[in-house]
Formats: sequence, structure tokens, C-alpha cells
Amino acid sequence: MGEEAPILEAERVSLRFGGVRALTDVSFSVRRGEIFSIIGPNGAGKTSMVNCISGRYRPTEGRIRFEGRDITRLRTNRRAAIGIGRTFQNLALFGHMTVLDNIMVGRHHLLRHGFLTGMLYWFGGAQREEIAHRREVEEIIDFLEIQHVRKAVAGTLPYGLRKRVELARAVALRPKLILLDEPMAGMNLEEKEDMARYILDLNEEWGMTVLMIEHDMGVVMDISHRVMVLDFGKKIAEGAPEAVLADEHVKRAYLGEADEVVSEAPEATEPVAP
Amino acid sequence: MLAPAGDYRTSYREDMTIFPTRNSRIALWLGIALLCLAPLALGRYELGLLINIGFLGIAALGLNILVGFTGQISIGHAAFFGFGAFASAWLHEVAHIPVALCIPLAGLMTAAVGLVFGAPAARLKGLYLAIATLAAQFILEDFFARAQWFTGGVAGRITEPFTLFGWVADREQSYFYVVLAWTIIMFVAAANLMRTRDGRALVAVRDHYLSAEMMGINLAYYRTLSFGIASFYAGIGGALYAHYLLFVSVEAFNILFSIQFLGMVIIGGLGSVMGSLMGAAFMVLLPEVVQVAADALSGSAIDRALRLGASISFLREMAIGAAIILFLIFEPDGLARRWRLIRAYWKLYPYSH
Repeated sequence: MGEEAPILEAERVSLRFGGVRALTDVSFSVRRGEIFSIIGPNGAGKTSMVNCISGRYRPTEGRIRFEGRDITRLRTNRRAAIGIGRTFQNLALFGHMTVLDNIMVGRHHLLRHGFLTGMLYWFGGAQREEIAHRREVEEIIDFLEIQHVRKAVAGTLPYGLRKRVELARAVALRPKLILLDEPMAGMNLEEKEDMARYILDLNEEWGMTVLMIEHDMGVVMDISHRVMVLDFGKKIAEGAPEAVLADEHVKRAYLGEADEVVSEAPEATEPVAP
Repeated sequence: MLAPAGDYRTSYREDMTIFPTRNSRIALWLGIALLCLAPLALGRYELGLLINIGFLGIAALGLNILVGFTGQISIGHAAFFGFGAFASAWLHEVAHIPVALCIPLAGLMTAAVGLVFGAPAARLKGLYLAIATLAAQFILEDFFARAQWFTGGVAGRITEPFTLFGWVADREQSYFYVVLAWTIIMFVAAANLMRTRDGRALVAVRDHYLSAEMMGINLAYYRTLSFGIASFYAGIGGALYAHYLLFVSVEAFNILFSIQFLGMVIIGGLGSVMGSLMGAAFMVLLPEVVQVAADALSGSAIDRALRLGASISFLREMAIGAAIILFLIFEPDGLARRWRLIRAYWKLYPYSH
């Protein structure tokens, strides 16, 4: 990775809900082509950060730039077209649609035929367009190994498969930057390994920059190029996985105040709990 | 989906058809052929029922696109239906446009009105939207009563029969074909819509609007668009109604009629194209069944106790109300799902396990 301009830059982003400070002065940048993870304890503001990037929330202060363009106030539905895709922490599939239709929705911003030519279908090219995109969607289906459920209604699928369908839908957007909010939450070891492989492939073969929130430290350390740690809405560390893991602040955030007191002052008779 | 053994699709085109199997396509063409022959075999009254099913089905389909597919609510659909009826009659009388053209133009006019009243849908949801559409119902009803130039006021408006190149469809036998053609066109168009970009976007807005937005779908646009499409369908249905009855009067398009449309959509199946037609057929045929039952019971003890003959009109309304309640409890997905289950049963018979 050279010193080219970062694909995503957050500049002193703050987010407040009334008196609650979800994010405070968070700055970071994601380089093109890397896998960048955000970690932190529950309620640290990880999802809030991703929501600011994807447009669900508007930062109270600060700016977010994507490929050099200020997207802080860009409407959510315009972000797909500039190349930002995401999955959600709690599954957000279109429950009553088939898997195929779910993924085809991901092609929305790439399709040109509206309701008029859509209704005419055979006349005016809508059918041709659908077939062309179906072909590409099938490639994504092959890649994520969900061929057997392509006609199934998404809401009826087991959890692990739904997670994969949601990833497929985000991939169908053909994003340059894909935001994954806890892609492995609630998965067993085998499913996690599969998901890690998909993420690596997306990054290496499909050329997508990945920004990921994940709690599973093993996975994060294994596949991330760089890691950022949030705690109480503030950035406390950023860097290569090993370096971040060795950081004192991170240890404190993850292991808790009490442990630190024990380790730093072993001769104290009573650990002072906050 | 159940596909018969040995049915292997070899192209995406084959996999994207509306009717998935050869048998279903044969049944479709047979059904259309039979309907084309219907005027030879059926009397005026029966044809009248079929015509009713046709134009009500078209309007119900519009409401289903709004309620079933996009997940919004409208309790003013009958007002749009009425607007289409008056618009078509008005266009013919004032601008002397041939009736055959008045029908689609009335649809477009109604769509424009629907877009205006649908605009709040971009911001309102659920109960609030319901109240906003209720306002549309009352505003339009009031407009019908006052806008003498448009509706003929309380006296109503006489309409002309459908003509096309000298062919006059002034009887059930001939008008039936007009309604049949429109019904097929409108249903095919809706089925096509639902398997292309904007149709999927509507369903996406219904199922999960947050992720729909993330997929690049403009929520306000599609919520409003769905009102426009629904009103277009209502307008076409209303125009067909106007040139069937040859007289349009203000009182017909009240809120009860709007509720009936909702009933059709619920009974037929929310989010099902064919269900809309089934729901309309159910609503049209149920009173007939009640009538037949009352006739069969005439003179019996039940008849004497309940005075069926005198209260038949109440019984019809009550039967519709009871049907809606029973469907909500026992078959909330409507006739469309029941139909799928029956088909699946016969496909697997006798090895259904």
C-alpha cells in the first residue's frame, strides 16, 4: 500500500443525541484496498460511526470524505451509487422477498429501467437488462455458495445463511467500500471461518476496501490490516493489530479498571474498584 | 416453489417467467380462450358479474400495489375510482375524445390526483397516513358534489358507451371484451412491474426501509410513486365502470366502497397480483351466493324466523364483514395462498408427505 489518497477519511467526527455523546472527535482514514476493523466494548460508538459513514446518522460536528468528496450531508440513498455498501448488525433483509430478489435489489442503482418500461417488460429492453444483471448476480451467488436457496424466501432461512445473503446483497451494489457491521455475530466456528474467507476474497479478488466492526478478536487480528479502537465514543488507539493489542489503553478498556489496578499495584491489599 | 420433476431451466429467461410451468401456461391460455367464448354461453346478468369482477379487480390490484406491495395504507381508494369514472365521462363530453382514449387518459388524470394526495406518504406512516388518505376521500367526495362542471353535481353524469372504429360496446356481450382486454393488460403490467427494478424497490420499502435506503432506493419517491400507480389503476377501473353503467353519480364512491376495496385486497391476499382478482371475484360473487342461499331457504323455518327475503341486503353486508374477519383469522394471506396450497396438494397427490 503506497501513500495514495485514502478512500475514506473521517475528520473530528462527533455525534450527540441530546446530552449523550455517542462519538467525540473521532478522526481516522481508511486506505484503498485494506481491511480496516473497528473494535471496542459495547456501546463504544462503533455502529454509530458506521451509521455516520452510511448516512443513517448525520455527524453533529466534523466531516467525512469519500474519495476526496465531502459526503457528510449526502443523502443516504445516494451513497450506493458512489460506491458505499453495507450490511447491518441485526439482519436487515427484505424478509418476504426471495434471496434472488433481495440481491437484485442491490443492483437498484445500476439498473436503468423504471416502472414504465418495467411494466412493458418485453418491449423496451427491461427483460434484457434483467437477464444481464441476473448473470452477474449469479456470480455473487456462486461466490457466497447460496445457490441452493436462491429461490427461497429470505425470511425463512437460518441465521447463518441470512448473514450470507445480506453480504451478497451488499456485494451486488458493486461497492468500492463495504461496511460490515458484525458480520460474524452469532455464528459458529465453521461459519466464522467461511465468512472470514469471503471477506478476504472480497478484499483481494473483488478489490473491495472493507471496513468492519467485529467482536471476535481472533478474526479481527487475523484478517485486518489495521485496527481502530473506540471506547466511550473516543478513539483510543489505531494501528496494526499486534500494536493495538499491546496498547495500554486498549487493555484497560477491554480488561477493565480493576485488573489494571491489580497488575500495576500488586502490593496493594485491596484492589480499589471504581 | 414446487417445480415438477424433469423441469430444468437452461436460461435465465426461462427462469424469469410469470407462469413457471408449461401446465400453468396452458391453463392460462385455456382460461383466456374460455373467457373469450363466455359471451356466447352466458346471459347478460352473469356477464355483468364478470365485468364487475374485471373493473373492480383492476382497481383492487392498484390498492394491492399500494397496501400489499409497498406496505402503505389508503382508505380513500373509492374516491380515486370515482375520479376516474368522472374524468373519463368529462373528457368525452367536453373534449369529444373517443371513449377508447378517454379510459387511459382518465387513468393518467387520476394518477396525477393520486400523486398530489400521495405526497404526504413521503413523510407519514401507519395510522397518520391512513388519516391523510381519509382526508383525500372526503375532499374528493366533496369535490364531486360541488364541481358541477366536472361531475354534473348531485344529478350525476350520463356517459357514452365504448366505441372503437365504429364498433359499439353498449351491451354486456360486447363490453365484456373491453373489460377483459383491459384486465389482462393491467394484470400483466403489474406482474411485469413486480419482477423489475421499481417493483422490487416498492417491496423493499415495505420490508425494510432502512436497508432499502442503503441500497440506493429513494424512499420518498417510491412511497409517492406507489400512490400514483395505485390511483392510475383505480382510474382505469373507474373509467371502465363509467362506460359500463353509462351513468355516474356522486353517492357511489363513499368510504364504505373504499373499505370494500381493502376487503378485496385482504381476502384476495396482500402482496399478490392474482389475489387482487380473486378478492374482487369473491366480493362480487359472495352476495350472489347469499342470495342463492336465501332463495333456497325461502319458506323454511329459518326464513320465517329471520325473514330472509326482507333482510337480504343486510345479510349481504354482514356476509362480507364476516368474510373479512374470518379471512383475517384463518387465512391472513388470502385466497392467493389458499390457491397455492390447493395446487401444491394436487401436484403431490397422493404422496403429500
